[in-house]
Amino acid sequence: MQEITLSLNGEPARLPRGCALTYALERWGYAERRVAVAINDAFAPRSTWPERTLDDGDRIDIVAPVGGG
Amino acid sequence: MRHDTLHDDTHHDDTHHDDTSHDDALVLYDEPFTSRFLLGTALYSSPAVMQASVEAAGCDMITLGLRRQNPAGGDGDAFWQILRESGCRLLPNTAGCRSAREAITLAEMSRELFDTPWIKLEVIGDDYNLQPDPFGLLEAARELIAQGFKVLPYCTDDLVLCQRLHEAGCQALMPWGAPIGTGRGLMNRYALRTLRERIAAPLIIDAGLGAPSQAAEAMEMGFDGVLLNTAVAKARRPARMAAAFARAIEAGRAAYLAGPMEQRQTASPSTPTLGQPFWHAHS
Repeated sequence: MQEITLSLNGEPARLPRGCALTYALERWGYAERRVAVAINDAFAPRSTWPERTLDDGDRIDIVAPVGGG
Repeated sequence: MRHDTLHDDTHHDDTHHDDTSHDDALVLYDEPFTSRFLLGTALYSSPAVMQASVEAAGCDMITLGLRRQNPAGGDGDAFWQILRESGCRLLPNTAGCRSAREAITLAEMSRELFDTPWIKLEVIGDDYNLQPDPFGLLEAARELIAQGFKVLPYCTDDLVLCQRLHEAGCQALMPWGAPIGTGRGLMNRYALRTLRERIAAPLIIDAGLGAPSQAAEAMEMGFDGVLLNTAVAKARRPARMAAAFARAIEAGRAAYLAGPMEQRQTASPSTPTLGQPFWHAHS
């Protein structure tokens, strides 16, 4: 199976080519987690996750709530 | 011109004591808030201490942030649960963003995650004093207002910047008292008084306060609210300090509404001179 390499929160990660964001999030352990996602510095709304396929070199940011001032 | 001119109360019937908590709500984007104290949720020694501090502060709105989350770290969900139980409105921030683009993206992520249009907009321009970047801030504010966000920009005390932000549609502004985390109080009283005189919108002093007396001073000057974090979180007893700030903010607001006297150079006796015994005895 062909793989792509991308960046997950600044760390390298590998995925099968052509997989959807929903699949990637499940595989990485984010299923059911309260997170928001940006791809290549642009917001990726939750409604787009099932359709959104990931490409080689994509930068994925996954964020969750923390204390803030 | 003050937006709520209450100093001209010479004809105001003050025999009935006004309780500031009743008809004196802080109104932001047409929404009323009972408390004028907004509290941050970072830097506490434990979640329990944070929870106790939020409770003691009696605030209606608390700030929080978003950071990268690895699946192994489960803190995000637990933290979220505590915030929900507080019953406070959530004000997510864009802390740490260095450009309008970054801040806009983080605001969009916050809106989805917290299901709220409220955003404390931060675009930082300098690492040394974490000073807001006025140009990036205005650019991001315009875009987010157009997207329907309720933007509360963390800004400097620069008059023209604040006017531009207000014109851009920010219905409330949050000028700094001093740089974040410094506890120095109101550094530039002239600029802050000028803002209060010139900006007809709610102004919340955000950042830089260290002691309740400084918060009271801001409220006496006519500021509409106070947002702080470090001063409570880094106090020896955070919940007690939160309660102290809450009282100071209420006292300062009440004093503003009451209209402080003018300062004068010469002494003026408060006890009547008429009927003074031993008159001429020392002349």
